[in-house]
Amino acid sequence: MNTPHITVTDLTMAYGDFVIQQDLTFTIDHGDIFIIMGGSGCGKSTLLKHLIGLQRPAKGAVFYDRQDFWHASDEERVRIMRRIGVLYQSGALFSSLTLAENIALPLGEFTDMGSREIADIASYKLALVGLAGFEDYYPSEISGGMQKRAGLARAMALDPEILFFDEPSAGLDPVSARLLDDLIISLRDTLGTTIVVVTHELASIFAIGSNSVFLDPETKTMLATGAPRKLLAESSDPRIIQFLTRGESNVDKPA
Amino acid sequence: MPWRQCLRGIAVSAVDAAPAPIGVKPIDDSTAAIQVTGDWSHGAAIKPAEQVLAELDATSPSRVLLQAHELAGWDSRLPAYLLKIIDYCQARQIEVDASGLPEGIQALLKLARAVPERTGARRATQKKSMLADIGKTVLNGLKDVRGLIAFIGETMLAFMSLIRGKARFRAVDLLLCIQDAGPAALAIVTLISLLVGLILAFVGAVQLAMFGAQIYIADLVGLGTVREMGALMTAVIMSGRTGAAYAAQLGTMNVNSEIDALKTMGISPMEFLVLPRMLALILMLPLLCLYADLMGILGGALVTVSAFDVSLIQYYNETQKAVDLTDFSIGIFKSLVFALLIATAGCMRGMQCGRSASAVGDAATAAVVNSIVYIVVADSLITLLCNRLGI
Ligand SMILES: Nc1ncnc2c1ncn2[C@@H]1O[C@H](COP(=O)(O)OP(=O)(O)O)[C@@H](O)[C@H]1O
Ligand SMILES: [Mg+2]
Repeated sequence: MNTPHITVTDLTMAYGDFVIQQDLTFTIDHGDIFIIMGGSGCGKSTLLKHLIGLQRPAKGAVFYDRQDFWHASDEERVRIMRRIGVLYQSGALFSSLTLAENIALPLGEFTDMGSREIADIASYKLALVGLAGFEDYYPSEISGGMQKRAGLARAMALDPEILFFDEPSAGLDPVSARLLDDLIISLRDTLGTTIVVVTHELASIFAIGSNSVFLDPETKTMLATGAPRKLLAESSDPRIIQFLTRGESNVDKPA
Repeated sequence: MPWRQCLRGIAVSAVDAAPAPIGVKPIDDSTAAIQVTGDWSHGAAIKPAEQVLAELDATSPSRVLLQAHELAGWDSRLPAYLLKIIDYCQARQIEVDASGLPEGIQALLKLARAVPERTGARRATQKKSMLADIGKTVLNGLKDVRGLIAFIGETMLAFMSLIRGKARFRAVDLLLCIQDAGPAALAIVTLISLLVGLILAFVGAVQLAMFGAQIYIADLVGLGTVREMGALMTAVIMSGRTGAAYAAQLGTMNVNSEIDALKTMGISPMEFLVLPRMLALILMLPLLCLYADLMGILGGALVTVSAFDVSLIQYYNETQKAVDLTDFSIGIFKSLVFALLIATAGCMRGMQCGRSASAVGDAATAAVVNSIVYIVVADSLITLLCNRLGI
């Protein structure tokens, strides 16, 4: 399925007059696992906000399939937004709802399933992220990494076409992080979900990434786009090589 | 793909879709097969899992084969359903063979079962009897009282270290709190006190005008405002304005673990956060009260001079005769007490706030309700006392 799902053209992002990134142009295909990488504070979360409709671009455009996201009518935009699921950097669970209720909320609002079936699906989603049995816990009663995973379960609640993850593996132990990678690949393979991930985990970047964009905080623009392995093999930019080898650029490239 | 349609908000009617077939088929004495076919997307009507499990119970196999036939479309519904069946079988020591399912579903089921349920994690939902509810309410009440006493104790300790000059808080915080609890509240205090003075004057005038004693409106408004209404009205305004804000600020800081951060830095949150807020209110409320007294008298004068045959000078002289320093002192003393009560209720509710958005709302509500109750009760006590002492 190599047709473009999200196309970003000539995007400039700014808070007021303060430009974060400019001239971003890249394409996310259907069924891609797309990695957004770059140093801390370079604007990865901000880019995500532009893609999911929380922040309007200063310049440039974001297309979903062929549709201009930011020039569509409000109803059109809401319709697009309903096709996406988002895991926020801080989890963003509703603190006054239990985990099961957090996941049931979108299911109850947007589908006509009965409450028992919704409860089954909530349990299944929690099991997928390794939280079986935690249905009746409140977000404040579980650890940060568990909140992250519960946020992931909520993002997947409606089986969205596109999933956005902001640093999903931050705060997870290596085994959970590995299971998360497996989950991401399974979601893509079974439901054909397009997945956009902000991450610094080199292991995950190479294990799951089929395409990527690399943002640079100094020049305030993207340095490259392409499959992470290809970038590492072919890029001549020292900044990219340094990032992809944790600064140990003379180390063997992963097989 | 049908599961997408549902997400796009296009209603998929459950009626015209054929029920997705799922059935239990005994194979031999010890083996049964559960077969799924057809459409398993969000809109399709599906037999409840309980029914299938009951059928399974009827055959009581020791081995279950999960099989899929001509699956048209599916989404999370199908693995969620299958997971329930697998969990059920596992609890009954029934062996499950999922190899008849599509690979994708097998992979998802494997992931869902990769992390076994942590023992003891699940919470039993027990029915609560009324007695238990009553008991819980009483215990919560006791906990509140204990919390109040503990908070008062901690506040005392904080004030002691303030007196010894050891309290650690930033002067700029104190100034900000003062700005917020004083000058920023002037507008609303002006409006409310003027209007209350006005109302007092009108109420008094109806009675006094019958005797041609309009001049005594000045006495009524003056005493009523200075001894009672000035302090009471500013306190009510400030409990809604500042007390609620204190509870919400401290509650949100608690939710974000900011208070924990202060504690681990070795900074007492009672000194750093509570002291400046309390001090600001204790310093500002008496001043606001004095200001409200003057505004109330002005409001009374406006009515009396414009609507009745009394000149401004007469009104002024009469007020001066009726109200003396003792009356002012009583009002100011009350406002000091009120300031303590409002700041205590607000800060206490904020510091004891739970860790969710609704807990912050509850804290703000409780702060306002508590401080208004405290204020009215304290006001009655002080008034009674003054009456007995004859001042
Ligand atoms: N709400 C905001 N207002 C102004 N500047 C912001 C805001 N959020 C983030 N920034 C700035 O934008 C830059 C990128 O932030 P962010 O996208 O969060 O980085 P990251 O790549 O670590 O996710 C940072 O320099 C930050 O200071
Ligand atoms: Mg970020």
